[in-house]
Amino acid sequence: MPVAIGNYIALSAVMFFLGVAGVLLRRNPLVTLMSIELMFNAANLLFMAFARAWLANAGQVFAFLVITVAAAEAAIGLAIVVTTFRDEKNVDVDEIRLMRG
Amino acid sequence: MIAFWVLGAIVIVSAVWTITARKPVYSVVALLANFAALAVLYVTLSAEFLAVMQIIVYSGAILVLFVFVIALLSSGVAPFSAGPNRLKGILVPAVVVVLAALGFLIYATAGVTAVAPGSVHTTSSVGPVGSAGVFGSVADFGKALFTVQLLPFEITALILMVAVIGVVLLAGDRVPYVPTRKRAAEVERSMREAILRGGE
Repeated sequence: MPVAIGNYIALSAVMFFLGVAGVLLRRNPLVTLMSIELMFNAANLLFMAFARAWLANAGQVFAFLVITVAAAEAAIGLAIVVTTFRDEKNVDVDEIRLMRG
Repeated sequence: MIAFWVLGAIVIVSAVWTITARKPVYSVVALLANFAALAVLYVTLSAEFLAVMQIIVYSGAILVLFVFVIALLSSGVAPFSAGPNRLKGILVPAVVVVLAALGFLIYATAGVTAVAPGSVHTTSSVGPVGSAGVFGSVADFGKALFTVQLLPFEITALILMVAVIGVVLLAGDRVPYVPTRKRAAEVERSMREAILRGGE
């Protein structure tokens, strides 16, 4: 018995919300980056589900693109964390006010 | 059907563990479980190539990068000092609002059935995972990637190159700046002298 597409949407929504909660609530930049990865994967799961439902390859190719973007984002984000730690000696995203944000 | 619920439970529990773990290393372990469960879920969605990609790229590359950075930053002083918690007052309302929004979303989408629009380009049929030529197999995905979807595939190369350049600029050693014209003039002078010496 196939799983209805709504279940995949719900699972992806739960994952995305958990990622958003991680970004908003945690102050460790590494956990923030991991939560962003969670959100990327929620989007990927939805791409897979709709590609399977419509038998369209474009969804899988776009998920491939998302994986690439996630890898690039992780590399650059971790480089920023390392650079910030080298200068600041304290990695708490609430304490970093270099950009006056 | 059973696989979906079991894997979905693993995905949600490990995602919760990821964002609530005290130490970042535990978050990485939870994220590993999450990605593994997602890879199995992709196999059930007959996306076998992307399931393998999920394992290789996420579990193999990105999470190892996270572990590497955690080990690098934790080697000296304790880098993750938690300041005062400024979110105490709004925690309960925020949780209520998020759960309400999530419940509404699940209620609204639970009964949706996907209907393929007429213009979707379908190339192959569904078959058991692992058999040749069916939807989502390596041959099918590769054919799409190198014919119809060639431009997005090329764009991934550009994205990766930009990422590499950015990382080298951010985290690389600070080399002293040498004006390229000056260096080029030196190289040209030495080459001219070498040619003159060889000609005599």
